[in-house]
Amino acid sequence: MVVLIDGLLKFGQRKKIGIIPDCAGEEKRVGTRTVVVGHRPVSEADAYVAQKFCDNRIVSSKYTVWNFLPKNLFEQFRRIANFYFLIIFLVQVIVDTPTSPVTSGLPLFFVITVTAIKQGYEDWLRHRADNEVNKSNVFIIENAKQVQKESEKIKVGDIVEVKADETFPCDLIFLASSSTDGTCYVTTASLDGESNFKTHYAVRDTTVLCTDEAIDSLTATIECEQPQPDLYKFVGRIIMYRSNQEPVARSLGPENLLLKGATLKNTKKIYGVAVYTGMETKMALNYQGKSQKRSAVEKSINAFLIVYLCILLSKATVCTTLKYVWQSNPFNDEPWYNEKTKKERETFKVNGFVFHSVCSSVILSYICKWQGDFLHQGKVDFGPVEFVFTDKTGTLTENSMEFIECCIDGHKYKDCISEVDGYSQTDGPLKYYGKAEKSREELFLRALCLCHTVRIKQADQVDGLIGHPECKNTYISSSPDEIALVKGAEKYGFTFLGLENDFMKIRNQKNETEMYQLLHTLNFDPVRRRMSVIVRTTSGTLLLFCKGADSSIFPRVQQEEIQQTKVHVDRNAMDGYRTLCVAFKELTQKEYDRIDRQLNEAKMALQDREEKMAKVFEDTEADMHLIGATAVEDRLQEQSAETIEALHAAGMKVWVLTGDKMETAKSTCYACRLFQTSTELLELTARVVGESERKEDRLHELLMDYHKRLIQDVPKPRGSLKRSWTLSQDYGLIIDGSTLSLILNPSQDSSSSHYKNIFLQICLKCTAVLCCRMAPLQKAQIVRMVKNTKGSPITLSVGDGANDVSMILEAHVGIGIKGKEGRQAARNSDYAVPKFKHLRKLLLAHGHLYYVRIAHLVQYFFYKNLCFILPQFLYQFFCGFSQQPLYDAAYLTMYNICFTSLPILAYRAHVTTRCVFQVFGNWTFGTIVFTVLVFTVTLKLALDTRFWTWMNHFVIWGSLAFYVFFSFFWGGVIWPFLKQQRMYFVFAHMLTSVSTWLAIILLIFISLFPEILLIVLKSIKERSHQVRNKMKYCTVFLQRPLLLSTR
Amino acid sequence: MAVNYSAKEEADGHPAGAGPGGGAATGGGGAVKTRKPDNTAFKQQRLPAWQPILTAGTVLPAFFIIGLIFIPIGIGIFVTSNNIREYEIDYTGIEPSSPCNKCLNVSWDSTPPCTCTINFTLEHSFESNVFMYYGLSNFYQNHRRYVKSRDDSQLNGDNSSLLNPSKECEPYRTNEDKPIAPCGAIANSMFNDTLELYHVENDTRTAITLIKKGIAWWTDKNVKFRNPTGDGNNLTALFQGTTKPVNWPKPVYMLDSEPDNNGFINEDFIVWMRTAALPTFRKLYRLIERKSNLQPTLQAGKYSLDITYNYPVHSFDGRKRMILSTISWMGGKNPFLGIAYITVGSICFFLGVVLLIIHHKYGNRNTSADIPN
Repeated sequence: MVVLIDGLLKFGQRKKIGIIPDCAGEEKRVGTRTVVVGHRPVSEADAYVAQKFCDNRIVSSKYTVWNFLPKNLFEQFRRIANFYFLIIFLVQVIVDTPTSPVTSGLPLFFVITVTAIKQGYEDWLRHRADNEVNKSNVFIIENAKQVQKESEKIKVGDIVEVKADETFPCDLIFLASSSTDGTCYVTTASLDGESNFKTHYAVRDTTVLCTDEAIDSLTATIECEQPQPDLYKFVGRIIMYRSNQEPVARSLGPENLLLKGATLKNTKKIYGVAVYTGMETKMALNYQGKSQKRSAVEKSINAFLIVYLCILLSKATVCTTLKYVWQSNPFNDEPWYNEKTKKERETFKVNGFVFHSVCSSVILSYICKWQGDFLHQGKVDFGPVEFVFTDKTGTLTENSMEFIECCIDGHKYKDCISEVDGYSQTDGPLKYYGKAEKSREELFLRALCLCHTVRIKQADQVDGLIGHPECKNTYISSSPDEIALVKGAEKYGFTFLGLENDFMKIRNQKNETEMYQLLHTLNFDPVRRRMSVIVRTTSGTLLLFCKGADSSIFPRVQQEEIQQTKVHVDRNAMDGYRTLCVAFKELTQKEYDRIDRQLNEAKMALQDREEKMAKVFEDTEADMHLIGATAVEDRLQEQSAETIEALHAAGMKVWVLTGDKMETAKSTCYACRLFQTSTELLELTARVVGESERKEDRLHELLMDYHKRLIQDVPKPRGSLKRSWTLSQDYGLIIDGSTLSLILNPSQDSSSSHYKNIFLQICLKCTAVLCCRMAPLQKAQIVRMVKNTKGSPITLSVGDGANDVSMILEAHVGIGIKGKEGRQAARNSDYAVPKFKHLRKLLLAHGHLYYVRIAHLVQYFFYKNLCFILPQFLYQFFCGFSQQPLYDAAYLTMYNICFTSLPILAYRAHVTTRCVFQVFGNWTFGTIVFTVLVFTVTLKLALDTRFWTWMNHFVIWGSLAFYVFFSFFWGGVIWPFLKQQRMYFVFAHMLTSVSTWLAIILLIFISLFPEILLIVLKSIKERSHQVRNKMKYCTVFLQRPLLLSTR
Repeated sequence: MAVNYSAKEEADGHPAGAGPGGGAATGGGGAVKTRKPDNTAFKQQRLPAWQPILTAGTVLPAFFIIGLIFIPIGIGIFVTSNNIREYEIDYTGIEPSSPCNKCLNVSWDSTPPCTCTINFTLEHSFESNVFMYYGLSNFYQNHRRYVKSRDDSQLNGDNSSLLNPSKECEPYRTNEDKPIAPCGAIANSMFNDTLELYHVENDTRTAITLIKKGIAWWTDKNVKFRNPTGDGNNLTALFQGTTKPVNWPKPVYMLDSEPDNNGFINEDFIVWMRTAALPTFRKLYRLIERKSNLQPTLQAGKYSLDITYNYPVHSFDGRKRMILSTISWMGGKNPFLGIAYITVGSICFFLGVVLLIIHHKYGNRNTSADIPN
């Protein structure tokens, strides 16, 4: 009996937590698919119609041999610039224009060809890679026998056998493995970069089917959602049919799904049934259409192109107007020596200058693009970053946790269980320094040992060391806190030995092994901020252990227990430790049955599973008893303080967005010098705002007060580039998640935007902002808020964990740190760095250099092309606005492609010296101007170059040499394919005249003179700056030890 | 070293495309591949670089040197240019008093041709070789329609082009169904005034020998321009089937009596065919060679210029001039270049001094404010 559920199910509704999937624009996939395991028809379900699934062929290539040319050309001409250029080319072919079609045709042809060759090569590589994958051998179980097939032949429903260290050929539902407990380890390094081993579980009822024959006997269908790209989500169920029995349904989650691309580790072999194949696998779906962020520089280049185009168009308009004015005089329009043809008289002539202008602009845009691409590579700019948003844990800090101390029932324990801290220091309001009851201690430590998802990584030999816990087994967990806690418990005598067949083994202080049956794990999620386990002791008692952030635990425990622990928690948080509270409760069998039922129901749900789960969790984790709290230290990353200081000094504003407690975060901020001792802190947290109903009013008051202090009282607004050593007061703002949501979404909507505005103004005035207790989406919200302020500042986000992904994606520049919390952040980032300190070099050195370079480039091109057009424009005044090109077509074409160049004043010189050139022919004249142009522009570039590598030498001197060589060559031969031999010997003849030489040298020098002068003046100015800077440096130098000593 | 981290980090964590399964996706283009730039010196921007520091200390001497080089050059040019003798006479005949006024409205085919004589006096003698130019004003030889109106392959002696000239020559391509040789507007409007120079001494006119060869570029005369080839050297036969340009009184093969200066390789024609850059231009007409070392080429005194006035310029408000000029190592008279050199040189020198003072002042302050660490 197939349970008919298909029609009812709708997928694609994802609750937004932690991870935002890669594909933003993914369409909603509706419906489910039914997979028949092993293609064995289910007994009486003959009515089952085979669904058609795609085969397991991966096609990442875009073209085939046949469609390459048309498709590639189509793709290329879809780009606006190419298409534009093509139109111009066609117009030039059809209509009479001053420049030959070759002028625009040649670069177009060049660009198209080069691009096509490049894309063709890349596609060939893709074809090769595809083939490699598609033709690789896999083993499929057919009729209880292994059949070797090519990977691309796998169909949905096939049972696939995968051996150790092989990659899964498609998305598989894990049925059975060689290990009896039905687990296997995989590494998803090539998917998300996380190299640690993850445990996946086989469907419980099929774990025994671990031979070819056994697996072949399975009759089952799998219902699951249609493929969707989220790697960490999967919802489905398997319905198993056994002879003479009711079908059994089991839920399937992501832990049952083995993804294509992941690799099997530490497990001899597994059996799985293919559910998604080929282009429908999660991996393939994930690699489609990752959107690129557009760089601000690219935008500015585009803006510059538009300006340039406007200049050209206005120029063309002026020329055209003047031309008609000039032509209104009949002897100018058509003197006897220069009559029009009949055709010319009859047709209205298209003004060619427009085309010429447009042509050169397009050529220019090409060059800009090329150069831009070459320089970009990363495609994102970080030169002008104004705001840096950073995560705390794992970014500023090492995320290498160390168990520092714990408190049990308000008693503090440090270092060793037997030794009780006397705690005689000044400020502890603790009343009890005694030892907690022994039973409580043990309960606490058991809780630490049991309430986690840590796994033990065995040494590579599977059969080697299981029974010998003394051997160094390493703990693996998704959260370093948990490892620290387990290790901490170990220090106190309780060692976690591992999980075996749902039994957690613990060795207690008396060296006895305790067994606990793990019944349920209520996994951690960032919304609940806690996790729980339900275990059954050997004596049959049912216990629920829960650990989590104090804010999420305290409301769920007996209120009278909180006080003592809270003191500790707050103290620890002040010291910069990460605190977790541990609570437990005993469950009666009845309660457990209810919870068990609810949990299973929720797990089985195909719809709204997360919501249902959350609800059950919420119900379950209530009325607990607080046992104690732990403090874990997270050390600062090396040089994170220096980095923050450097970023501050560079005028960037650093905001720390963290999910941590305010106290913890604050102390970290002090430690990494985000806040200086002199910084005046403004707080907008639940503490100052209060919990009462009047909190909105209170918030309003606070906001107005801060606003007054920061903005109205400051006589003149200070620039954002204030250094930290200036005497003006620095302000730091602390805000927490609940207050932020109050500001962003207040209950009375009337004042909402007002609040937001004031808040933003306050934020922008502060040198440092700390946002604690942030949910991942709030982080993104903040980034978006800043991003959209006036002037749209460039933002940068740094983070290492999955909870930072949203903010990394939101910011202009996303930087991922390859930390211990996995690789999601690095995977979604634009740049990945291993440590926070590298940010300094990245931003201040690379970013700066990059920005300087791009700024130079843009200016240079603007200048260069303007100067190229200017003489041409002015020449129109001397040739009756007839659009006679000043330069030969070859030069016109080559100018932007080969002769990198730039004259500033060439035109001025051109006008003033025109009397000299009376004897020259027009092509000689053009060549002189052009020579001056090329040399000036190139030498100007040379002057601007700060670092001379061999590349620079080669390009600069090479382009000049090439120009000379080309000119000789071009003029030295009568080219049979040219209609006009106008350049013949012009260049050589030009060089025979001494006065030409002298004039050229003079013009080049005059053109470059202002530039040289500027450089000299700058260097003099810099010298005087150096004096001041030295003094500044000294003040900083003096300040530093002072700051250190106060802390 | 932020740039060096990647090799190791990647090696253990991210075996990009190492597994056969990962290959498909990682092979799928740049976006899928790790975007880590290669660890090459070029991509990691670690090329060895030379960093020139343009400080006041290095640039200031350069200023002085440039100043010191430019000023003498400028003076040299200026002096040379001043020593060049140049005489220019406008013979358009706009003014009613001018002898050529009667020819002002001449047309192309007026017979007999209108002639006029203009007398002038040279104040100084012309010592070296003298170049004789004709100059035209307001004549747009650089007009686009005009510039392209020629057929270079016809002028290069190509026989097929001779009989079938390029379309660019329109409307001067054919006349009465015969191809025009040479075709095009440029050739059609060739300057055809004849200028003769006489030295007047005691009312006796001595004709001055004007050399008409050597006025065109050598490459033009010998390579770019060629007469059509065929049997024999008879130009009349070679140009068989073509017709003369509309405005020409004689066909191209009758431009000159000498065979090596006739047809397309007539130097007056070649000179004309090199279109001028500006609407006011001069073109070399004749050379006057210095005969002996004892006598100047043109001694000071009275001269008369006989003009066969064929070329109408009045219709487009143009002017005609005759220029006599000596030349030097740097070409013709060009006072501007010398002045420019002197000016730039002086500015350089002056700025050098100013900057030196500024630099010196700041330099002193710099050392005094230096705080020892």
